[in-house]
Amino acid sequence: MALIVDKHRPRSLDALTYHDELSDRLRSLAQSGDFPHLLFYGPSGAGKKTRIVATLKELYGPGVEKIKIDARVFQTSSNRKLEFNIVASVYHLEITPSDVGNYDRVVIQDLLKEVAQTQQVDQSARQRFKVVVINEADHLTRDAQAALRRTMEKYSPNLRLILVGESTAGIISPIRSRCLLVRVARPTVGEVKGVLRGSCEREGWGVREGLLERVAKESGRNLRKALLILEAVYAQNEKVTDTTPIPPPDWEGLIEQIAQEIMAEHTPARILQVRSKLYDLLTHCIPPTTILKTLTFKLMPLIDDALKPEVIKWSAFYEHRIKTGTKVIFHLEAFVAKFMRILEMYLMSMDM
Amino acid sequence: MASFFDLKARKAAAANGVASKDNEKKDAENTRIQPWVEKYRPKTLSDVTAQDHTITVLQRTLQASNLPHMLFYGPPGTGKTSTILALAKELYGPELMKSRVLELNASDERGISIVREKVKDFARMQLTNVSSPAYKARYPCPPFKIIILDEADSMTQDAQSALRRTMETYSKITRFCLICNYVTRIIDPLASRCSKFRFKSLDQGNAKRRLEEIAEKERVGLEDGAVEGLIQCAEGDLRKAITYLQSAARLVGAVQPAGVDKGDGEDEMDVDKKAVSVKIVQDIAGVIPDETIQRLVKAMRPTTLGGNYTGIAKEVEDMVADGWSAGQVVNQLYQAVVYDETIEDAQKNKILMVFSEIDKRLVDGADEHLSILDLALRISGILGGR
Repeated sequence: MALIVDKHRPRSLDALTYHDELSDRLRSLAQSGDFPHLLFYGPSGAGKKTRIVATLKELYGPGVEKIKIDARVFQTSSNRKLEFNIVASVYHLEITPSDVGNYDRVVIQDLLKEVAQTQQVDQSARQRFKVVVINEADHLTRDAQAALRRTMEKYSPNLRLILVGESTAGIISPIRSRCLLVRVARPTVGEVKGVLRGSCEREGWGVREGLLERVAKESGRNLRKALLILEAVYAQNEKVTDTTPIPPPDWEGLIEQIAQEIMAEHTPARILQVRSKLYDLLTHCIPPTTILKTLTFKLMPLIDDALKPEVIKWSAFYEHRIKTGTKVIFHLEAFVAKFMRILEMYLMSMDM
Repeated sequence: MASFFDLKARKAAAANGVASKDNEKKDAENTRIQPWVEKYRPKTLSDVTAQDHTITVLQRTLQASNLPHMLFYGPPGTGKTSTILALAKELYGPELMKSRVLELNASDERGISIVREKVKDFARMQLTNVSSPAYKARYPCPPFKIIILDEADSMTQDAQSALRRTMETYSKITRFCLICNYVTRIIDPLASRCSKFRFKSLDQGNAKRRLEEIAEKERVGLEDGAVEGLIQCAEGDLRKAITYLQSAARLVGAVQPAGVDKGDGEDEMDVDKKAVSVKIVQDIAGVIPDETIQRLVKAMRPTTLGGNYTGIAKEVEDMVADGWSAGQVVNQLYQAVVYDETIEDAQKNKILMVFSEIDKRLVDGADEHLSILDLALRISGILGGR
């Protein structure tokens, strides 16, 4: 049984429930026959991918839904072999170049050129170009992005790119200037509620306004998260009422616990305890950025207003270190230690 | 007469005729779905906008049929690639272009091995002769080849140093043209072998004229101030401006859909095409509405000491959820703060330090939410005099 996130995913532009203006725009672009390169950006759970799939369907018809997975092997200049998975239909390709890390340039150069230099074979196809969807475009290396630049112009009759990323900050400006930027914002709380209500009705679950409201708030406007929470609530409880508690994910509970512990005691022994919990989180594949962020925002309500800017400052500082450094546990622990120190200093000055 | 009876030849000729017609049709279609940036790429040197100094120098070299090695540098969208392509076209004409010009850019493999093999082989090649005197009369066809290394700043240091000797050895029959955004990334020995041309970013007047010209040719209606809006969003990058213009035109539906026959003349009568307005342009460019920024700035203003965390946190959270890119937030916040008369200069200095740090972090890929929150809180702290 599929999760309702996938089961109720809108398949066409008409079925999308929010950002109507954006849907209209995408439709007119798809129908005009003059389709630009697109750059979709927006936070996770806003519906970027859904919109792309719907746009592709508008472009090519239902044929794009028949997808297959190809495993391709690329060879780098130093004769290393790279395995790379491509999700493809007759009309489009979908790649995640950041899978191959630093070698993404090789993939981009080889693959895109190959696609760009072959013409559409299917005479009955609606468009003469193929679409390549590049996921996590903001994580492409500089080299790979530089490789894209001229390709985008030179091969534009045969090739259109759709770049997807969480932000445009990681994308160099020459690429940005060649794309039409499409911002997909998260739905508002009301819109999330609307979607949840629709899902409930389709599943034959009773609609509980109070619960939906709370789920929508809890998810922080992240639609995917909201749907998952909703399904979890219904799966765990026989009878669902307005006041049914929303179970937090395990890892959030653990981070909450860490936050409490840090607040309670500021000693090296405590850091040692916290450390094992942090390791626990990391081994369960929770991204370090998420850990640090969640921890910070869990700590926020517990501390005095005057301390908040200071804590955020260090949180941002160590988050940056995590991104540029190699071993994440150092920086997480450093943040914990720093926080303890800040709090201790503050309490000392209060006592004086 | 003989050929009249030759059925085969006639058939072939007929087929040729049909094929060429087909080709023409396809070509016409091609130009229509081309991005405007390619469509309106300057065809001759004199078409290049707003780089008067460079163009005069190049035109003089064109007459003299002699060319130094060249290094073009300047911000994106100022016409560097267009200039050299136009120059090559004027020098060689369409026929010789293929054999005399080698264009390599970052999308081609350009490691040290390529410089050693492909570039060197091409540089070493002897010149082919000009086919007909008539052709020669039309184009100067000087006795050298051109190698264009586009986006040369993304070449590795090693690859650049491998070029050094190559450039000198074959300078009799080959000229190099390096194109880059940052001249500092070109190693000194290479830079000193070239005559440098700086492409400055386009001024308002020229950019405006060009955009209006394109809009007129494409029959796109422009509202008052839309062109200014475009130029402002594009920050002197003409390519960006043209791309935005094209996107905006698509949105207002000024471009006919592919299926519609163009020759009807009915479409031209259609008067309720909307015009491109400033708002649409800003929408496309991803510019954050002023009120959003103002709300954040207001939240940052010191009220009672240290009491504004909640307000700032909420604004930042909303901004992140709305998907505004952090880079854009930093940019516009910077504009808002720097031009704010009520902030003292000493405070501005401190704030700018914060900006530079956050910008670096964002480029390194740090989390946007935390970075922006940190930025806002620290500015607020500085404004509060702490």
